Amino acid sequence: MRKLTVVMLVAAISLTLSTSAFAKGMLQIKGSDTLINLVQRLSEEYMQQEPGKYISITGGGSGTGVAALINGKADIANASRLMKDKEIKQASENGVDVRRVVIAMDGLSVIVSGSNSVDKMTVDQIGSIFRGEIMNWKEVGGPDLAITLYGRQSNSGTFVFFRDFALKGDYSASMNRMNGNSQIVEAIKQDRSGIGYVGVGYVKSATGLTVVNVAASSGGPYASPLNSADVRSGKYPLARPLNQYLNGVPKGDVKAFIDFELSPAGQSIVEEMGFFPIPNEYVDFNKKSMGM
Amino acid sequence: MKKNKIQEILGFNILRLCTGFVLLFLIIIFWDIATKGIGSVNWEFLTAAPSKGMTEGGIFPAIVGTFLVTVITAVLAIPLGMACAIYLNEYAKDGTLIRLIRMSIRNLSGVPSIVYGLFGVVLFVQLIKIDTSILAAGLTLGLMTLPWTITASEEALKSVPKSYREGSLALGATKWQTIRTNVLPYSIPGMLTGTILGLARAAGETAPILFTGAAFFLPFLPKSLSDQFMALPYHLYIMSTQHHDIARVRPLAYGTALVLVSLVFCMNFIAIVLRYKLRKVRLE
Amino acid sequence: MSSQSFCKKKRMLSSAIEDRIIHGVFLVCGLVTVIVLFGIFGLLFFTSFPAFEEIHVTEFLTGFDWNPTSYVKEVYGIVPMLVSTFMVTLGSLLIAIPIGIGTAAYLSDVASPRVREILKPVVEMLAAVPSVVIGFLGIVLVGPAIAKFFNISNGLNAVNGSILLAVMALPTIVSISEDALSSVPASYEQASLALGATRWQTVIRVKLPAALSGVIAACMLGMGRAIGETMTVLMATGCAPAMPKSFLGPVRTLTSSIAIELGEVAYNTTHYYALFALGLVLFVITFIINMISDIILHRYEKVSR
Repeated sequence: MRKLTVVMLVAAISLTLSTSAFAKGMLQIKGSDTLINLVQRLSEEYMQQEPGKYISITGGGSGTGVAALINGKADIANASRLMKDKEIKQASENGVDVRRVVIAMDGLSVIVSGSNSVDKMTVDQIGSIFRGEIMNWKEVGGPDLAITLYGRQSNSGTFVFFRDFALKGDYSASMNRMNGNSQIVEAIKQDRSGIGYVGVGYVKSATGLTVVNVAASSGGPYASPLNSADVRSGKYPLARPLNQYLNGVPKGDVKAFIDFELSPAGQSIVEEMGFFPIPNEYVDFNKKSMGM
Repeated sequence: MKKNKIQEILGFNILRLCTGFVLLFLIIIFWDIATKGIGSVNWEFLTAAPSKGMTEGGIFPAIVGTFLVTVITAVLAIPLGMACAIYLNEYAKDGTLIRLIRMSIRNLSGVPSIVYGLFGVVLFVQLIKIDTSILAAGLTLGLMTLPWTITASEEALKSVPKSYREGSLALGATKWQTIRTNVLPYSIPGMLTGTILGLARAAGETAPILFTGAAFFLPFLPKSLSDQFMALPYHLYIMSTQHHDIARVRPLAYGTALVLVSLVFCMNFIAIVLRYKLRKVRLE
Repeated sequence: MSSQSFCKKKRMLSSAIEDRIIHGVFLVCGLVTVIVLFGIFGLLFFTSFPAFEEIHVTEFLTGFDWNPTSYVKEVYGIVPMLVSTFMVTLGSLLIAIPIGIGTAAYLSDVASPRVREILKPVVEMLAAVPSVVIGFLGIVLVGPAIAKFFNISNGLNAVNGSILLAVMALPTIVSISEDALSSVPASYEQASLALGATRWQTVIRVKLPAALSGVIAACMLGMGRAIGETMTVLMATGCAPAMPKSFLGPVRTLTSSIAIELGEVAYNTTHYYALFALGLVLFVITFIINMISDIILHRYEKVSR
């Protein structure tokens, strides 16, 4: 019985402690697990520069983040996808004025084994391969070898983006669904017939594989995702913006953090984490969102 | 006759082999985690927060988070479990109601943990609106632990001889007085043993907290029970599947696994030692 | 004297009332379990209900495609997940039942009391290993081993899941089977041995059949555990939503589908409700299995008494 009392006491103490020490003005960021590593790194740096500021970052997926923003439980929602119409409607019903800020660009690279002779493809060809229509490498100028597909789980933002931009249709049901980028890289290294897509940060230093140059249409210029300028200018077709959603024109702590993210210091962290700085078109877009 | 003897030796060796397999599984689990995890576990790992995009630093917030959630679990499951066991063993008489309660307990212990997670999302997060938090996750785990604590508590109550109760009742004490003075003092240690085992299982669970409050990353400790939290099992999950550089953080994942397994086994060990000591005391 | 007896009476009266109140409190606590069980069913039912405003029930139960985030047309068919769940469960039982019953027989009939005293808690320790740790080992240990053995590019598949689930189901099967074997009346054994049967023959031909219903119940409970397990299969089976083709291909069970998709889904959409419908299906399956094993165990208890 005494032990029980002790347990109860501990609980009661932690309860009271908790309410008294609750920090007001702590920034709540929730959402996509794709963005979380980047935003966490940004906040780490930000909190070092601005002692006394606190940012809480939690994942759980874009859906969780957006739901929290709609319910007023988060200041910023990370989303690797765009908000759905239904969500925007729910938000305005709750009096939430949704605004979108782009904090980085993500270039998706298409990779094949280093022993594969194919090194350039059009978006259409890549789409047909992942839709399961092209099933042999010889159809795209490679060896006579059946293609093995590697992709991500459907809960990853990468999965959705690649589908919407490259496939414009559904993935072949026989695609291997890997848990993470690194697993795709490892699989492609070992599989001569493999093709996969991963964030460009994972292939910068990788050996034993080829990063495919991609063109928007046949005959068009082929660009490499490893070339930062091509990604920023939009010449590389498989680049997507990474978003944060806010409620209304940002003020105070929210504004301070977003300003930091968009500053040169913030953008250099973006590059360090394997993403790309925001191109000019989005710089203007952000200014408008932030009411400047 | 000889043929029978050979058959018996052969058969028994097959049974030994089966047991050997079970032990082998256990040894592999321990050996792999201990040898590969020990290199990452040091004072800093246990007391620091993750840093540099979770590629460095420690797991302190996850340890604290798991502790806090387990406290909430205990606060819900222990008193409720004990009370339910007391009702079943001391008050209830055979009947439809008792059969219904017993059926519920047995079925609850078979409900998949992810279903408890869904239940927690709807009940605590959506309906009661305590949001994804330590409280929501702890309560969800508490409900999941309930059938185990009830079963364990009832066993402890059953082990108290009937004569203890009859003596007290014969002297004119009421039922509650009898339970309080002649039954509980002898069964509380046994109840605690069982409930520690239940809590150890709850502390290692991941599925029920996935959507009720576990956080990917928090740079500091939770400040209230309505905050989200990092938890050891969830941390191990993200470090081995969701992190952006799984290969690089593998040692940290092994370290986390070692700490988690050690924690759960310490709790089990305490429970087993308690049980052993109790049995000795009773025999004397 | 009269005042004294009055006081006593009053005290007795108040303690009788107290007793009744306390009885009531304990009754309510007991009823909580019933409320929780029906609460789980009720909430799952009502939360999944709106899904069927847009999804046809027969499409849901018999559809061969699950693609709620499709680019073209959202489809909700759970057959691939049912098949996946069935495959890993079957695989795990094929491994766990022989080993589990063998171990139980060893513990109850071969091992010396001392060895049994040590081994029983050791086997129970296996049950204490958190599922996420088992899943982790599936990724770092079992996966690569399978890939090497079968010469395939990765070992995250149904075989991996089956092995891990077998490890998780073993303690349940061993512990309950051992109880069943130990509670076979000693007279059975003595009679068999007296008739000249060897100990091995006694175990196999007399004790196992006598304990059969308990052993079957043990296996069913192990099966329930395997079906409902989430983290290990989520981490170790590759999780492709397509119809599984072989044990060496990726599978995605009911449990892992919920875990994967609930985070990204927009709240209160058809997809969200559909995930709760998956939960409902899972609940119903495990409920039925538990009830069956319960009935078997109950009958067995009656017979052995």
